Amino acid sequence: MNLDLSNTSELMLALLPEIVLTSWAMVLLVVVAWRHQTVRDLRLVGWLTLVGLAGTAVAVWWLWWNRTTAPGIGPMVAVDDFRFVADWLFLGAAALTVLFSFEYLEREQLLAPEYYLLIVFATLGMMIMAGGGDLIVIFLGLELMSVSVYVLAGLDRHNAKSAEAALKYFLLGAFASAFLLYGIALVYGATGTTNLVLIGVQVASLNLQTNLLLLLGLGLLLVGFGFKVAAVPFHMWAPDVYDGAPTPVTGFMATAVKAAAFAALARVLVVAFSDTAAWHGIIVGLSVVTMIVGNLVALAQRSLKRMLAYSSVAHAGYLLVAVSVGAAQGTAAVLFYLVAYGLTSVAAFALLAAKGRAGESDVQIDDLAGLAATRPWLAFGLAVCMLSLLGFPGTAGFIGKWYILAAAVAGGKAWLAAVLVLTSVISAGYYLPVIMAMYMRSAPFAEAHAGMRIGRPGRLALAVCIAALLYFGLRPNRLLALAQESGMTLTPAVTTAAPPSGN
Amino acid sequence: MYDQSVVTVLLVWPLLAAAVLWLAPERLAKHIALAAGTIEFALSVPLWWRFVPAGGMQFELSRPWVSAWGINYHVGVDGISLFMVLLTTFLVPLSILGSYHYITKRERAFYANLLVLTTGMIGVFVSLDLFLFYVMWEVMLIPMYFIIGIWGGERRLYAAIKFFLYTMFGSLLMLVAILGLYFTAAGRTGVHSFDYGFLLANVGSLGTAGWWFFGAFFLAFAIKVPMFPFHTWLPDAHVEAPTAGSVILAGVLLKMGTYGFLRFALPFFPAVALHPTVQAIIVVLSLTGIIYGGLVAMVQPDVKKLVAYSSVSHLGFVMLGIWALTLQSVQGALMIMINHGLSTGALFFLVGMLYERRHSRLIEAYGGIAKVVPLFATVLTIVSLSSIGLPGTNGFVGEFLVLVGAFQTYPVAAGIATTGVIVAAAYLLWALQRVIFNKLDKAENEKLPDLSPRELVVLVPILAAIFWIGIYPKPILSRMEPAAQHLIDIVKPAAAAATR
Repeated sequence: MNLDLSNTSELMLALLPEIVLTSWAMVLLVVVAWRHQTVRDLRLVGWLTLVGLAGTAVAVWWLWWNRTTAPGIGPMVAVDDFRFVADWLFLGAAALTVLFSFEYLEREQLLAPEYYLLIVFATLGMMIMAGGGDLIVIFLGLELMSVSVYVLAGLDRHNAKSAEAALKYFLLGAFASAFLLYGIALVYGATGTTNLVLIGVQVASLNLQTNLLLLLGLGLLLVGFGFKVAAVPFHMWAPDVYDGAPTPVTGFMATAVKAAAFAALARVLVVAFSDTAAWHGIIVGLSVVTMIVGNLVALAQRSLKRMLAYSSVAHAGYLLVAVSVGAAQGTAAVLFYLVAYGLTSVAAFALLAAKGRAGESDVQIDDLAGLAATRPWLAFGLAVCMLSLLGFPGTAGFIGKWYILAAAVAGGKAWLAAVLVLTSVISAGYYLPVIMAMYMRSAPFAEAHAGMRIGRPGRLALAVCIAALLYFGLRPNRLLALAQESGMTLTPAVTTAAPPSGN
Repeated sequence: MYDQSVVTVLLVWPLLAAAVLWLAPERLAKHIALAAGTIEFALSVPLWWRFVPAGGMQFELSRPWVSAWGINYHVGVDGISLFMVLLTTFLVPLSILGSYHYITKRERAFYANLLVLTTGMIGVFVSLDLFLFYVMWEVMLIPMYFIIGIWGGERRLYAAIKFFLYTMFGSLLMLVAILGLYFTAAGRTGVHSFDYGFLLANVGSLGTAGWWFFGAFFLAFAIKVPMFPFHTWLPDAHVEAPTAGSVILAGVLLKMGTYGFLRFALPFFPAVALHPTVQAIIVVLSLTGIIYGGLVAMVQPDVKKLVAYSSVSHLGFVMLGIWALTLQSVQGALMIMINHGLSTGALFFLVGMLYERRHSRLIEAYGGIAKVVPLFATVLTIVSLSSIGLPGTNGFVGEFLVLVGAFQTYPVAAGIATTGVIVAAAYLLWALQRVIFNKLDKAENEKLPDLSPRELVVLVPILAAIFWIGIYPKPILSRMEPAAQHLIDIVKPAAAAATR
């Protein structure tokens, strides 16, 4: 089905998922205004949110199923498989987060149904980001997402750490947004457009590959995105914010927010700047530093949450390796890895949330001692998560890492692949102690894990995550095909092989 | 029907048994595991008769797995892997039986881990797809990590993580090299496949990249063997592991390294592997391992550590035999791989039995116990002599072949290696003297019970194998000869062509 985006009704069709989610968010707003006091209200809003997310997923699927495309040059909204797969990823991560939040919010007495609404708005922002065919649209999505997540991080307003996290995230985030915006302005100055495809065309036709203004703009864009994906040296906010935010929100940030930033980054670089060679080196450098610093600092953490926060920085480094390869291979690897990492990370943070008893979010790795003896299934789940993060065979994390390595080697960057594997050996040094504590030490006292509870929705979501991790570890075929096909739909505006005949 | 499915059955059966164990009551766990292990061995026995020595790769099965990347589930057995598979299936039920009294906590989990480990080990030996090989190579780490970490001795946590990190460090670089081979072959032919045969045929000469790839494979395998400077994980892991873990570690896991050299490192990179510098390095490292391992073993106060270091020495012989690359030396290396599994496995069992009785592994805690436990003393003596390589036992066949074969390629090295045999005699006989002979001067040792029927059932099959191989090794040698010859035939000309 070909859509003509200059036609309003067809533009609406292209934006169907976003429109569905926005309308539902309006409904939720009304519900929240009306019922926002009891635990029952909280649950009601939670389930309604899930319904909205599911409805949006169906809308995405419908567009996808009809093989919707928008031919013609430079649409504001991209209509391709890459966007649809990314949308599903965000919706899935949001839904899992909601399922994990039921128990947590009640336990921590955070009776604010707005929580779910903010998740919906953040998800909406992510969808706009991943689907933006124009820098301005991407920026809008990014801001919508960021503002919602700033509030989410500070939701637990009686907790000083949470408030600090929100403020820190907000200040640094605003700073990064300014960088991004200024980058957009400079790129506009150099090319006269903010449309991704048109930027690509302009760069090729006006030979702007080494234009200072353009490169400066590109550099600022990379700084902005580097902040959002928490790449070293723009990662300083991440550990504190991850640590202070309510744990399910941390999981959401580590998966969905990161995925959205990567999706937008991949689109911008592949579509608009495939001709501009300069960013390859920058991204490679960022990835190397990120992998090394992230892994080394994670090694020194005793708190599980901070460890996962730094490990999330390290994973951003792995993803940057795939981004640096560019084109179809790299993009597909990014998508696959985001799915694998997202499933793992969301589950790991959910387990962490279950372990942290009310008001005591600081779980040390040693606090998990003896978990396997009393809660074998939860220990098994967390062990699978750790192995998947480590990239161990039999889990989806391994296939994801393999895919990135394959992309790097195929892209002639075998040395980068070697750096990746060497730094992931370091990561074994902090993932394994978690397994070790759970299985090989004994609990300090009999009731050590008595308070660990996961409600029924959380358990269901957890089981789904773990099962998916193991399943995709053994049978990745379908997911691989999906990643490959949608990676292919993200094409450079101008292929270097065939320069435009305009000039 | 049997030929096609046997390998897959051998891989799946332990997993099924492990799943059943998960549901079984705790007190039945060991019996179920023993039954499963015995059935596994019974299933593997027909391999011995149905194997056609000149038939190359047999019992093959290939099914697409991840077709997008050209990954197949491809397994098969040849004259090199046949004995490794049989050794594994032979040692596993014995290890289970040997753990009956040693393992007293969380039995279900222990035996389930042991069975999963079995799948991983057999998987490494039968994989004919490099992706599958890598998966099996890594997967086997987890159960071993748990076996050492949960049921091990006092320093088990340290030993477990050291074992894991060392192995993982080597194997991850191998992963990159595997991808390098994959894309090289794909660049040459346009076909993306991880198939062993396909890659071997199409990788061709690699130039400088070959050096890097060989280095990565070398590191992975050398750590596993372990060769001299990479061996430090071994004493820790062996000593801290429970008896069954040590037996499997020494008996099978170390052979994965040498098997890797035979199956991958040599055939894929003949030019690099037989480069004079590389040859010199490997021969020197092997010799260092032989002598150093022996000397360090001699001064160990702890029997288990002594046996652990003796492994370093024995595996040095294997490496020397592989790199000498004559028919005798390669066959000898394969023989030592089998013999070391049997003799050292038996030694670990015996040390474990001693420990169960006295809760000490120190040599000085014993002395003169031959009078109290004559059966035990007899078995220990026989096994020690086989480990030394006394003619008439299995140990002699392997070391003799390696030395004869290596003498043709590296006469000086073979001469030096011979002293390794003498060192082995020294440390084992000295230890033997201090443990079972001398004067019975400690009161605690006067009431030691002798071997129980269960322990005899564990040891007698190994003793039988020791004498069988020592006296009549021909059926084994004839089965491995074509495979060894084939290896030499593909490596030597390729290396010669590269240097010309």
